[in-house]
Amino acid sequence: MLLYILKRLGIGIFTIWFIATATFTVMHLVPGDPLANDKAVNPTIRANLERQYGLDRPVFEQYVLYMGNMLKGDFGISFTEENRAVNDIIREHFPVSASLGVLSLFFATIGGVLWGALAALYRNRWPDAAIMLVVILGISVPSFVFAAFSQLGILTLNQWTGRSILPVAGWDSFSSALVPALVLGMSTMAYMTRLMRSSMLEVANTDYIRTARAKGLSALRIFFRHQLRNAILPVITVLGPAIAIITTGGFVVESVFAIPGLGRYFVQAVAQLDYTVIMGTTVFFGAFLVLMVIAVDILYGFIDPRIRLGAL
Amino acid sequence: MSKQSFQLSAADFAPAPPATHAERIVRPSLSYWQDAWLRLKKNRRALSSLYLVIALLLFTLLGPWFWTQDYTLQDLDMISQGPSWGSAALVVEDPGAWEGVRGDALPLPQGQELGATTQLTVEGAATTQYVRLYWNAVPGAQHYLIYRNDHAPDSGQDLGLPLGETLRPEELSFADRLQLRPQTYWYTVIASDGLTEAASGTTLAVTTERAITTTQARERGLEATVGASVQLPAHPFGTDYLGRDVLARIMEGARVSLFIGIVAPLLFIAIGIVYGGICGYFGGTLDIVLMRIADFVIALPFLLFMILFRIGFGIGPGESGIFPMLLALVLLSWPSSARLVRGQILQIRGEAYVQAARMLGARSLYLIFRHLVPNVMGPILVTLTFAIPMAIFTEAFLSFIGMGVSPPTPSWGAMSNEGIRTMLSSPHELLFPAFFISLTVLAFNLLGDGLRDALDSRLRSRE
Repeated sequence: MLLYILKRLGIGIFTIWFIATATFTVMHLVPGDPLANDKAVNPTIRANLERQYGLDRPVFEQYVLYMGNMLKGDFGISFTEENRAVNDIIREHFPVSASLGVLSLFFATIGGVLWGALAALYRNRWPDAAIMLVVILGISVPSFVFAAFSQLGILTLNQWTGRSILPVAGWDSFSSALVPALVLGMSTMAYMTRLMRSSMLEVANTDYIRTARAKGLSALRIFFRHQLRNAILPVITVLGPAIAIITTGGFVVESVFAIPGLGRYFVQAVAQLDYTVIMGTTVFFGAFLVLMVIAVDILYGFIDPRIRLGAL
Repeated sequence: MSKQSFQLSAADFAPAPPATHAERIVRPSLSYWQDAWLRLKKNRRALSSLYLVIALLLFTLLGPWFWTQDYTLQDLDMISQGPSWGSAALVVEDPGAWEGVRGDALPLPQGQELGATTQLTVEGAATTQYVRLYWNAVPGAQHYLIYRNDHAPDSGQDLGLPLGETLRPEELSFADRLQLRPQTYWYTVIASDGLTEAASGTTLAVTTERAITTTQARERGLEATVGASVQLPAHPFGTDYLGRDVLARIMEGARVSLFIGIVAPLLFIAIGIVYGGICGYFGGTLDIVLMRIADFVIALPFLLFMILFRIGFGIGPGESGIFPMLLALVLLSWPSSARLVRGQILQIRGEAYVQAARMLGARSLYLIFRHLVPNVMGPILVTLTFAIPMAIFTEAFLSFIGMGVSPPTPSWGAMSNEGIRTMLSSPHELLFPAFFISLTVLAFNLLGDGLRDALDSRLRSRE
């Protein structure tokens, strides 16, 4: 098991290096540069700025410098906001994104398992049809549409009751995170519901369920102890990709609901061509996702012994 | 026991008629694809989604032949109008032609308060171009304040929008030209002596009629005589924030969205077939190295890199940005299909019929294209069907955050982005593009489900 973890981590570090290099390469294909935006009219000022940010050096030297700094955990200084380190930006905005993501992952997993199990329980009857209809909607409707219409919904609710029941936008209290997290987790929940349903149905046909039934166990006990616990396993495998979807999906939800997360900051940085912020955020997100996928895989190994044996 | 006569005739030695072949195949033999098609036809959900996909394609390709409005034409008189089936409009004279009504300033008699305005009247027809009001002079008034409301005012505090005020006591008229729509307005005119307003005013309900000016009629090639009734273009889906026809933009946007959504998956799956085919067929070190590269590309955070590529390629002024997005999608998406094809090929390579073909002396190329690729076409087709909604989603997502196609080019995502700003006042601008994105994604997803059920023999055997 330890060997497996080490091997995964080794490949993971290599992957993060690849992400950093790819980011650097793509960013240096950019035709404009951040200094072309507004200031830097005077050639001397421009040259000074270029020297300060190292833009006048050969590309390879910049790459070595960048990689060296990154190894030390330093992503550099923002190009557009004076004296603001990218590390500070990440430190300030990532917790917001992370808490939103964790909440929505929580909603998605709980909802997915619950709805999926219910749909399987009432297979081919109306609760199943209703749940699957919602699932199809969750997969087909883009998150920004959900975001926009849920905002409209909150607004109407607040107007209708004449009180501010839920905040329409912003990030100040727990209640302001509820609806964005639900919207963000919508598609993941839909996928998980679908997966859970088919997994439940598959488990229902296994020998051990038949044995349990033959032993005369109560239907409730079979459902919770035997069927549900075994059916949850495949759902855990999609946690890794789900984290990726939720992280990047956060861009839209954060923008629509005006939540000061890292995703929204990234979109702004892209619009301003803030090299260091873009590179820093991309590498950070990339590394985060790689580690998360590894973590989920290892977690899966712990939960399901069959996988552990297969992987080694 | 009598001996029965047992005689045989020559006919008994004639050859028996050919027996009915018990093993004859009565029904025509079906190929894999015919079989799959039969199964798909039985799946009503998949079949209706197939029709939906065809309808969407027809709408996109043939729509502009029937709906000839220019999707770039802006009509600032028709901003954010709801859906309508065309409307008749009155041609009226240009607004500058009215000189207004003047009267004499009347002195305020001693000991009297400033009274309410009397004889508030509309000059000519009230139209969406202008509402011309005039009234009788109020003794002592220095100027008049004009208010407009969209419901009958129930108190002096509820007069609505202050439109403006006249400057001199002789001016006894006002022309309202502020964003008029065909509806009923309540105008209130209140006299003022320069310091205080009169305690009461007069309110007049005016119902406006849709109209265009002679100049506008001339510009559009319509009959430009005052008083004529002309037919304005229909906007079944309404107009957007620049007065452009939403239906025409949806059709044009469909071309962009579906083009990216269909061409990108075709391209990256073609790359995946070649790449995965090579890996799976040759195996060994080549396979390990090539698949390691593919794994790295899969590890890249997809949407972040889509955005990075968008900046990396750079979109100059006047460029639509469709091509860079296509390229970025292909560059980032090919590894997953390569992985799929490789897995399938590895599976098939060991099958008996491939070994038999090899023993008969088939060459690699022949084997790959004659035996391996046709046999993985099923899963590939399923992947393609699921890749299309994914690509449409990606395009919509990027265009929505302003990182997709550049503004003049409509795409469903870009239209949703524009629509969300006016969501409260005119939800149709968001509703229609959002509906089309959802419908398309839904249709392709359901079709993919159906195809998978029809094509995947593994699933079939389990049933």
